[in-house]
Amino acid sequence: MSDKGKNLVVIPIGPQHPSLDEPGCFTITLEGEKVVNAIIGVGYNHRGLEKACESRNYYQDLYIIERVCGICSHTHSTAFCMAVEELAGLTVPPRAEYIRVIVAELERLHSHLLWLGIACHEIGYDTMFMYTWRNREKVLDILAAIGGNRVNYGVNTFGGVRRDFDGTISSAILKTADALEDEIKHYLDIATTETTLMSRLVGIGRLSREDVIKFGAVGPVARAAGIMDDIRVVEPYGAYKEIEVHAVTDTRADVYGRTVVRILEMLESLNIIRYCIKNLPDGIIAVKAPRRVPAGEVIIRVEAPRGEDIHYVRANGTDMPDRVRVRAPSEANWHGMKHMLEGGYLADVPITIAAIDPCYSCTDRAVVIRSGNDTEVMDWMGLREYSINWYKKQGVDISSLKL
Amino acid sequence: MAKIGAGKITVEAIKNLFHKPATMKYLGKGTAKIEIKYRGRIQYDPANCINCLLCMRDCPTGALQIINKGTKETREMKAVLNIGHCIFCCQCVDSCPKKCLTYSQDIDFARTNKADLTVEL
Amino acid sequence: MLVFLEMLRKTLIFPGFLFMFIYGFLLQFLDRKIYARMQNRVGPPWYQPLADILKLIGKKVIIPEDADAKMFRIMPIVSFSAVACAFLYVPVFGMHAVFSFSGDIVIVLYLLAIPPLALFLAGWYSRNVYATIGASRVLTQMFVYEVPLFISLLAPTILAGTWSISEMTAYYMAHPLYALINIPAMFTALIAFQCKLERAPFDSPAAETEIVSGPLVEYGGRLLAFFIMASNCELVLLVSLFSAIFLPFMTGMVWVDLLLYFAKTLVTLSLMILLRTTMARLDINHIVSFCWKRLAPVALGQVILNLLIRGVL
Repeated sequence: MSDKGKNLVVIPIGPQHPSLDEPGCFTITLEGEKVVNAIIGVGYNHRGLEKACESRNYYQDLYIIERVCGICSHTHSTAFCMAVEELAGLTVPPRAEYIRVIVAELERLHSHLLWLGIACHEIGYDTMFMYTWRNREKVLDILAAIGGNRVNYGVNTFGGVRRDFDGTISSAILKTADALEDEIKHYLDIATTETTLMSRLVGIGRLSREDVIKFGAVGPVARAAGIMDDIRVVEPYGAYKEIEVHAVTDTRADVYGRTVVRILEMLESLNIIRYCIKNLPDGIIAVKAPRRVPAGEVIIRVEAPRGEDIHYVRANGTDMPDRVRVRAPSEANWHGMKHMLEGGYLADVPITIAAIDPCYSCTDRAVVIRSGNDTEVMDWMGLREYSINWYKKQGVDISSLKL
Repeated sequence: MAKIGAGKITVEAIKNLFHKPATMKYLGKGTAKIEIKYRGRIQYDPANCINCLLCMRDCPTGALQIINKGTKETREMKAVLNIGHCIFCCQCVDSCPKKCLTYSQDIDFARTNKADLTVEL
Repeated sequence: MLVFLEMLRKTLIFPGFLFMFIYGFLLQFLDRKIYARMQNRVGPPWYQPLADILKLIGKKVIIPEDADAKMFRIMPIVSFSAVACAFLYVPVFGMHAVFSFSGDIVIVLYLLAIPPLALFLAGWYSRNVYATIGASRVLTQMFVYEVPLFISLLAPTILAGTWSISEMTAYYMAHPLYALINIPAMFTALIAFQCKLERAPFDSPAAETEIVSGPLVEYGGRLLAFFIMASNCELVLLVSLFSAIFLPFMTGMVWVDLLLYFAKTLVTLSLMILLRTTMARLDINHIVSFCWKRLAPVALGQVILNLLIRGVL
């Protein structure tokens, strides 16, 4: 049956659209209200971070890597610090490890509250959006008191943390945790019993267990399909080696499952924060780190609010890294998006996109453009020669630049 | 587990009708307060500065500039900060070996002229 | 001559068009303010709806190249004039509307069917993908709520034995207990009004996060101002209709009736705001199944009940 018999409408969602916080272009082909084809276009937020890291020293790179994302900034900076500490052979003092965990769990809390608000806004439930963001403000106040800023709190440094906190902040954290626990249990109650919400979330954006393994999804998307891939449990790092984390899985494998997983993870984060504050060890908060990091390469995995975050750092003995590669969790979750969107309705497109909790700034690392079938593998010097010759043809001579 | 139904949030919505709104007015004449350790504008003490330029080397954006107006023996130090480029990470505060730089809680930086964003500390 | 001037005063000023505009602004302000306070926010100041309309009137009108310019310009005026004309037949206070005759409830319902059709044509003639999808959703929603709406508004007329809104109000005022029989129709009418005004949970045609304000996506300037005024006035019209048909408590004294009218319309408005605050937006397929499976049977049941009681009386 040819396409001429059907009425196919192509609708662009993006790059500017009220449902997207960041630019991304989704070209949806509709038949009536059903989605028959979806083309995912990301890459509008590419900033050249990895290249910028190569020409700055490690202390400058710490802040560049922290600003890969605004919401999961602490996990990126933790991973980078862990990478440099591993290369330099440093042992982080236990008090610093615990402080890092406390800030990481607070970040998970504020990230999931933000996600809950955005998801409710996408389905038109603005009241929950306002309530969750009001509660998020309490968490941001605590983070501002610990780190000095509401987002991008620069708590980490190589060899430990930069800031300590005393009894007043600890008691403020415990008070906020108690207030938030009641609110989050109330949200769980609403999410599991409100008909209008459930009718928009149940059965939407299904990604079964086999599909999750095929497309390589991570984080709450994978946990909602029953796969335990929480790095805090699978390969504990830092203070997680001593803390028992009860990671949450669900079997529903749709948007509703992801919602329930995230709300339960928030409750677990509150428990971890309380445990850490009760058992906070005494001692120094940082050891001295060298300026020149010894040569080597290291891969570090941490659990960001969105999933598994991988950092690769290659050092060559100077005070600037040779190569930094950041594989943010959102990058892994996009591959299954086409499968999730097709077969659904237009009204489900915004919530399906929002359910993987996409962070477009985290995602845009490199763009692969394949034209034709001939491929060639070049090494670093060959690539440099190729680009110098290309620019010479345009009349620009850059062979004298030292990179 | 509670019964499934629509409009579960009704009780809380009606209760909120009689509470004060959660919106805080902004600083100038309002009730929002700044935490003690909030990272604001950098402050500079020229008396202890030894012109090592470690702060400039570690600044991620190159916003800070230390200028020696005098000679190597009699130093007259001046610091110039481009607030538009500064990301308020305070790495310069940590890197300074003589602790000449500290941070305050001043965060009101909006100006109408781009040239006004380069201030002397 | 005096009668003519009196008629002109009633039509244009009170309880006619000027009253409808001002009360429309007031109701929109209360709607937004109470909605915001329920969400723990501050909400807009009292002059916000007026300021919005004045701002829009001052803006430039841009008509897309592919759009049909004549129809693009006519649709807001058609929508607004239909609502304004229908308002003249609804008794604002007391038992008499500005004009009333036997059969005027049918005229009001027909005039009320024009705004969604104007919205559909506005979206269709805009030649924009989002507008077309929004327009088709408007029409789909109109097909499903028209039946429960008509039935639940006509069921009380069967009991009253008259097809004029003013006479129906007089009948129910004389026999107030009969108004209790119409309670199921009251609920279906309230939900059907929420559908008609395209407010949450039935605002799928103008879903901001999916199709960027639906059929009105290309509208701006004074044309959009007319559509917004039409929406405000439709709100006034529907709450007045609701309180005239289902809440017929009156005393006969002019000033007390006016206050009662305000009280009744504000109570109706509060129920609609509560519906808007506490529910998420429903999918268009769910709206269709909800209206056919839940609303229409209840409305039909009310008609049968009223027929039986009329036969007994």
